[in-house]
Amino acid sequence: MAGAAVRLSDVRFRWREGDPLVLKIAAFDVAAGERIMIKGPSGSGKTTLLNLLGGVAVPQSGRVSIMDVDIASLRGARRDAFRADHIGFIFQMFNLVPYLSLIDNVTLPCRFAPVRRQRAMARSGSLKAEARRLLGHMELDADALASRPVAMLSMGQQQRVAVARSLIGAPELVIADEPTSALDADIRRSFLDLLFREVGEAGSTLLFVSHDASLEGAFDRAIPLSEINEAGTER
Amino acid sequence: MPIVLLSVKSLLNRRATAALTILAIAISVALVLGVEKLRTEAKASFANTISGTDLIVGARGGAIQLLLYSVFRIGNATNNISWESYRDLAARPEVAWTIPLSLGDSHRGFRVLGTNADFFRHYRFARKRQLTFAAGGPFAELFDTVLGADAAETLGYKLGDPIVVQHGLGQGGFSKHEDKPFRASGILAKTGTPVDRTVLVSLEAVEAIHVDWRGGARVPGMTVSAEEVRGMDFQPRAITAFQVGLKSKLAVFAFQRRVNEYRKEPLLAILPGAALQELWSLMGTAETALAAISIAVVVTGLLGMLTILLASLNERRREMAILRSVGARPLHIFGLFVVEASALAASGAVLGLALLYLLLVVAQPIVDSRFGLYLTIGAPTMRDLTVIALVVAAGFVAGIIPAYQAYRQSVADGMIVRT
Repeated sequence: MAGAAVRLSDVRFRWREGDPLVLKIAAFDVAAGERIMIKGPSGSGKTTLLNLLGGVAVPQSGRVSIMDVDIASLRGARRDAFRADHIGFIFQMFNLVPYLSLIDNVTLPCRFAPVRRQRAMARSGSLKAEARRLLGHMELDADALASRPVAMLSMGQQQRVAVARSLIGAPELVIADEPTSALDADIRRSFLDLLFREVGEAGSTLLFVSHDASLEGAFDRAIPLSEINEAGTER
Repeated sequence: MPIVLLSVKSLLNRRATAALTILAIAISVALVLGVEKLRTEAKASFANTISGTDLIVGARGGAIQLLLYSVFRIGNATNNISWESYRDLAARPEVAWTIPLSLGDSHRGFRVLGTNADFFRHYRFARKRQLTFAAGGPFAELFDTVLGADAAETLGYKLGDPIVVQHGLGQGGFSKHEDKPFRASGILAKTGTPVDRTVLVSLEAVEAIHVDWRGGARVPGMTVSAEEVRGMDFQPRAITAFQVGLKSKLAVFAFQRRVNEYRKEPLLAILPGAALQELWSLMGTAETALAAISIAVVVTGLLGMLTILLASLNERRREMAILRSVGARPLHIFGLFVVEASALAASGAVLGLALLYLLLVVAQPIVDSRFGLYLTIGAPTMRDLTVIALVVAAGFVAGIIPAYQAYRQSVADGMIVRT
């Protein structure tokens, strides 16, 4: 076992001094290669948890380790660079930068992440080719869609572009924040299948946040956030 | 640098707003550069109008007024100089040459200047250039006239064409001296000075056309035909002013004092350069006001840009969050806005310069014919480039305001915009 992809220990976070605790997590591990679902209604501290994992927020105390690196101990710019190189994100909606082309949206992380850039280049020879490959795997025809602004794509197409982007350069960790909640029920399943297949091929760990209990069965593990977050009183 | 590319693509995506912002800045920059251009060209043109003349002498009054009516044909003299005084002063040993000037008549909107052959011999403009004839030559006969280049062109006169001089300076057709027709004997080459818009006649001719006029009106019952006039002697009684060239520059102040203290009538002698300086200092306030207005216009253009960038902040929060999630630092977000602002300002400044040249090409013939001001079209001056650099720098500085807002917003939002 390669050790934990994510390890939280004694994490306490509040937005401001004097505010109530938003997160209080004694211990939480995600093994490398695991597909885990974190369940919870909105307002249960999910957004905060994601910001902590991404290193855009820093806990007042405790350790947030990604790939055995305590990102809370890194300085700001280093944290941003670490996130760029090792974590791919997929959000609920509005994943794409409206003024960039389809291909440019997929290759966007490579502009900030030299490690992922190198991996993508090694895999397909060029960033463009790797983006096409990933889009193809997500059952999107890059050439047919290239002429339209990305904002004109359907929600399902946009979410699949977001998956391709999160996976370019094969980051060790993929964090998905309710990526299916804006999708129609009938395409949720197929979206999830594609996501699983590609995450598996890239060998990434998947941390999936959702309140949709119907998806639970597909994951290795599903944990309610309230189970790990002792600060649970937050409203 | 990913940020520059992102900025450019972002601006291209918002073409319409970006184009309007750039246009607003461009117009303001063109205005600043245009005002500056007009100012320097007008000064150069004024300074080029008279050259090599040591003193201008007229009836006592304001120095600037004398300069304006004698050299630039602007305004009128309040009084004349008697012929005797002129001859007396012109005969002084220190005087090398004089050019008598008699003003007051006009011909179809162009001023008529009575003078003599000395004008063609001694008048100098633009660093001592001498007048040359495009066609014909100086006055040979009493009713011969010489036309300035613009006057000839506008009126369509050719050599030998008859000309009827009008009394007074009005445009109207009243009280014409039609009984004594003049004839074009020469047309001057273009000088870029008020001479181009002048009709030149001999001093004697000015006297002749007024032989049966007294006090500005024809004397009833008294008519003298042109034929009779030719046989008469026309010693001028008075002139309006005269230009003086001295044998030695050292004598200028002494001669000026002599004129100013002249006993027989109140006279004024001015140094053209000094009077021009006085004129500039008078115009200084207007210049400052113009400069202030054009700077205000540039500031308005930049404020427009600032408004658009600030207004876009909220709708771009998600974009910032995405950029953060793929690894952009808050400093990248800051840079995005600064680069966008600088790019807008720089594009505006460059387009403004292009606009100025376009305007110059269009306006050059119009300004030349209407105002006698020839605008040269050349490479941008150091001053133009400084203005452009300042506008770009101001755009950069203005960009810091939305950039800082976006920076703070993106630090607060992180990767997820909570609404």
